[in-house]
Amino acid sequence: MIAPGTAPPGTAYQEIRLERVETGARKRPRFELRQPAGQLAFDATGVVVAAVMLFPIYWMVATAFKPGRDILSLTPKWFPDPFTVQNFQDAIARPYFLEDVRNSLIVVAAMLAISLAVAFLAAVGVARFGFKGRTAFLIMIIGVQLVPLNSLIIPLYLMLDGVGQTDALPGVIAIYLAVVLPFMVWTLRGFVANIPVELEEAAMIDGCTRVGAFFRITFPLVGPGLVATAVFGFIQAWNEYIIAYVLLSSPGNQTLTVWLASFTTNHGPEWGPLMAAATLTGLPVVAFFLIVQRYLAGGLTAGAVKG
Amino acid sequence: MGVAIAAPDLEPAPRRHWRHRVNFLPYALITPSVAVIAGILAFPLGMLGWLSLQNYGLRELIAHQGEWVGLDNYTTILKDPLFHQVVIRSLLFTLTCVALTIFLSTLISLLLLKVRSAIRVLIASALVFVWATPVVVTVDIWQWMFDYEFGVINYLLTQLHFGNYIHHNWFDNPVQGLAVIALIVVWGAIPFVTITLFAGLLQVPGDIVDAARVDGANAWQSFWHVTVPILKPILLIVTCLSTIWDFGVFNQIYIMLNQRPSSDYFVIAIYSYRESFGVTKYGLGATIAVVMVLILLAVTFFYVRETLEVADVQKEQMA
Repeated sequence: MIAPGTAPPGTAYQEIRLERVETGARKRPRFELRQPAGQLAFDATGVVVAAVMLFPIYWMVATAFKPGRDILSLTPKWFPDPFTVQNFQDAIARPYFLEDVRNSLIVVAAMLAISLAVAFLAAVGVARFGFKGRTAFLIMIIGVQLVPLNSLIIPLYLMLDGVGQTDALPGVIAIYLAVVLPFMVWTLRGFVANIPVELEEAAMIDGCTRVGAFFRITFPLVGPGLVATAVFGFIQAWNEYIIAYVLLSSPGNQTLTVWLASFTTNHGPEWGPLMAAATLTGLPVVAFFLIVQRYLAGGLTAGAVKG
Repeated sequence: MGVAIAAPDLEPAPRRHWRHRVNFLPYALITPSVAVIAGILAFPLGMLGWLSLQNYGLRELIAHQGEWVGLDNYTTILKDPLFHQVVIRSLLFTLTCVALTIFLSTLISLLLLKVRSAIRVLIASALVFVWATPVVVTVDIWQWMFDYEFGVINYLLTQLHFGNYIHHNWFDNPVQGLAVIALIVVWGAIPFVTITLFAGLLQVPGDIVDAARVDGANAWQSFWHVTVPILKPILLIVTCLSTIWDFGVFNQIYIMLNQRPSSDYFVIAIYSYRESFGVTKYGLGATIAVVMVLILLAVTFFYVRETLEVADVQKEQMA
């Protein structure tokens, strides 16, 4: 079950971390050209690349703050002047916005709580113990990620339909749980394995029980790993669309992405409120990203993003 | 059960002395994960195969009982000219997106090595922003930017004298429409692939490149004969992953066309969805999904093999 943008387990992805990007910045002179003119050309190209990548996001935010007459103008205004928050008020006042925000939050919180606990247990199991079937388990963890989620929608729908859970959040939570779990187990396993058993053994010599040593020594050290995998899970669940769209049929039961995707269909292209709604939908993810970034100390790309 | 099977495990084997004392504990620890994965991923996968052999429509859905038809669904879709079109369109679309993604990402990751550090941080931040933006949001943004009347793209193209794009509807012509959608897919895929490739480039030893330069290789030769071979495992992985994602593209097309794509825009994931949830032929939809998985299996075979080789190499390096 591979979610787009997810680093697959079993690859060299544990090695790829944002900290390396910074390291690279400092000891760069590898391929470097020394001519100032060449350097300037590269830098200018770099600015253009960043601008092109960012422009759509800028345009969303800029449009969201423009009054209607400036949005529907044949000559676009590059900056929101005059500036208005009317579009945001419109978007929030739309039917089911608040219900669907609440649904998204419930789905993400429930899924994260369960998946972190379940994944952590399995990660400790495979990182700390050798047992028969361990390799088979690891291969299963990798293998299931290769099945595209889109292909499983029909059986998942029929399964949940059979138990009367199609228009309800628990079904969606269960599916998201299964989608993020293999990746979480794999990532956490790496974090647990990186903590030397000797640390626990030292604590045990000093009088800790094994369980005590685990919770006092290993658990706090795995903190960054739990944060990294939580970010990953949050983004996957918050951004997911098709499962929620197929399973949740009544407007008050849907998640925010489903609400946003049907915005144009339901209301016609009212670009101002739509861009405000899109900004609001994207905001939690970006904010979450920025808040936890400093706790990550790497592992950002190990717990990759994009749904 | 030799090296190949043990390959995904990148660490040295765990301490043995724990094994003798507690034997049941690891099984208890992995049981919840196994249960979730088996119940919600493995079982539906089996059910998908089973459904593809059934006539399963609305009546069967209500009765919770399909009608066994053997391989009829497979013969139906193999004879269906629309399905042939859909497969060819999906393959071409995937090829275009993957090629563009890898090409542009390689260029940007090389550029990241050359720019001064402030610019590198700027580009990396831009990439992270794009990466973090939900797909549904990005599709809405591009829909607005390509709006036929007030879209900024038509305005810019006209102002820059690429022709008269005023009131040009990009989605009248499916080739243009799919090109726009490919642009959205590639734009969304560049951050992950670029950062991955850049991390790979940082692992290319500088002295090898220098040595190639001393021996008279020009920039292109040292890139092609030194950097690319070292980068090959990562290039292969991101290529195969991109193939998986781009072959399964659904959201970008479905939302871009306001949840009513015409058959000119059907790719395989849309077609499977339409057959099952649009016209309630779940059996036929499942058959299409099975074909999709089979096509992808052919691709991911190389990915898995490559992954195991990479893991082997790492294991040797650690030993």
